[in-house]
Amino acid sequence: MKKWISLLKAATQSLLKNRLRSLLTALGIIIGVGAVIVMVSIGQGVSADINGQISAMGANLLTVSPVRAQTGGVSQSTTRNTLRPEDAEALREIPELAAVSEVSQSQQQVVANGKNWSTTVYGVAPEYLEIRDYELASGRVFTDEEVRGRAKVVVVGQTVVDKLFGDESPIGQPIRIGSVPATVIGVLDEKGSGGFGGDQDDVVLAPWTTVLYRLSGERSLGSISTSATGDGAMTVAEARIQSTLRIRHGLTATEADDFEIRNQEDIIETANQLSATLTLFLGAIAGVSLLVGGIGIMNIMLVSVTERTREIGIRLSVGARGSDVLEQFLVEAILLSLIGGLIGIGLGVGLTVVVTDAMGLPLVITPAILGLSAGVAGAIGVFFGYYPARKAAALDPIQALRYE
Amino acid sequence: MIPPVIRTEALERVYPGAEPVHALRGVDLEVDRGEFVSVMGSSGSGKSTFMNTLGCLDTPTAGEYWLDGVAVSGLSRDDLADLRSEKLGFVFQGFNLLSRTSALDNVMLPLLYDRKGRIAEPEARAREALDRVGLGNRLDHVPSQLSGGQQQRVAIARALVNDPALILADEPTGNLDTRTTIEVMALFQELNREGATIVLVTHEPEVAGYTSRVVELRDGLVVHDAPVEDRRDAADDLAALRGNTGLAAVLPEPTRP
Repeated sequence: MKKWISLLKAATQSLLKNRLRSLLTALGIIIGVGAVIVMVSIGQGVSADINGQISAMGANLLTVSPVRAQTGGVSQSTTRNTLRPEDAEALREIPELAAVSEVSQSQQQVVANGKNWSTTVYGVAPEYLEIRDYELASGRVFTDEEVRGRAKVVVVGQTVVDKLFGDESPIGQPIRIGSVPATVIGVLDEKGSGGFGGDQDDVVLAPWTTVLYRLSGERSLGSISTSATGDGAMTVAEARIQSTLRIRHGLTATEADDFEIRNQEDIIETANQLSATLTLFLGAIAGVSLLVGGIGIMNIMLVSVTERTREIGIRLSVGARGSDVLEQFLVEAILLSLIGGLIGIGLGVGLTVVVTDAMGLPLVITPAILGLSAGVAGAIGVFFGYYPARKAAALDPIQALRYE
Repeated sequence: MIPPVIRTEALERVYPGAEPVHALRGVDLEVDRGEFVSVMGSSGSGKSTFMNTLGCLDTPTAGEYWLDGVAVSGLSRDDLADLRSEKLGFVFQGFNLLSRTSALDNVMLPLLYDRKGRIAEPEARAREALDRVGLGNRLDHVPSQLSGGQQQRVAIARALVNDPALILADEPTGNLDTRTTIEVMALFQELNREGATIVLVTHEPEVAGYTSRVVELRDGLVVHDAPVEDRRDAADDLAALRGNTGLAAVLPEPTRP
């Protein structure tokens, strides 16, 4: 214990003798550790953000979408339009589903008040608001009657309101969707925006019949959104959707599904895989700078060993063993990289706070990444300090004492 | 029976190479406790190699060396380090103090490697050693704040601090002026009177004149080994110097041993 205190003391003194050099050497580690923390934290922040957005899409969501028809394993260039309004109607019979909505989406230019905005128009059923957890801020949602009548009424999201109407109340105002004139009857509550999943308030909701038959001219649905009655009903609901649609589509036992059912967990998992890859990639790039920092430490320690050859000779002559000299230089290298690591952690955390704030991401700094960074910094000290220390320990005392 | 501090038998050291250099060709020497021996010789005589071997910094290629009863030939690097730590104190020509390190820390340096815990209170022991060489009031001075003579005193304190069986001094006055040389020799004589065994390498006969026995090496062999007759007392010379007598009157006649 006493020995380690004196080793630490000697190492500190030695580093303080060359303050600027020590600082510059540590800078490599500071930047490396800081970069790893910032990059990984941003990656994790993005991941958390995506998860939050996907969860905000609604609870127990099951989305049915058509898949590309495959002929002999080759994906065809066009999507086979397999989802029909009657399919959605059939799904409404499934008891495990709380709500079902046809969805036909279309990117459209919307015009009101002489202003112009490009947004996504969702042709949906009234249940869609329940499925996707949208709340009405004002006005009303279209009725089943209006859906059947292909009524030219829309409910708009907050972003669209801001872009086209400003502070004015849009209720009752005329709006042109593509070439179809319509009336705003409701405004959605703000749902929160985010970078990765897109702005969930930048939407226009219209009866799906209106979008399908008046706007896009397509004959089948883009997808069908449903929500199960509860968490436990998800699996059963999924199975029932599958069998219902297979029967309706007349698929034989050997034929594959011509539709795909995705639940939120699938989506979250996919998103997580994506962001994990992103995090790994960013972390690896930052890791390279950490490696460069380690090489900087090795370089300076080698210079230091050469400069202090005579000191090493003196220590050996008064009774130091090679291992004592090894320990001394190793402790110095480790101390240097650990100090760099700690400053780097401080810097990284500070930068992460600033950057996530600027990007509107949630702040995610796990203790694991901090501990890992400190550990890696120490390990770099050992790894890159060992060779110079070994070199110092192997010096011949006579030669070292004569060294000028 | 107390073993001699140094005993060598047919000590040889050959530096290998295309043309091997026989630095030592069979040196026999015995130095007893309490002796003050000077080793003389021109450059190439083998005295540096002999000194390094006595100091356990180098190992002989043939022959035997016992330091304070311990057989040195064939010891490992670590064993040699332990022996230096326990039984030896070095004083060098160039002082070899750690720069930007206080006198006290310099003197404490050997005790940092006192693996057997022989010295219980390192700091008190180091203060005592600095007191002994008359630098008790310079503990916090770094080498650059000290004169050459003072630096060599710090080095002597460092050589004393581990209570060694043998003090080896390699041209300790080579970098000092006449007056300081005599001061340092007076200190060595005092330490010797108190019982320290000292072996000192020098090429200056004046310096050798303060020791009690001169060993001369030539071409790797001992060619002369005799007690010093009319040995000079450095303290007297110093007093004479202070008495404003001219330097010439104080300096011993150059004598060829």
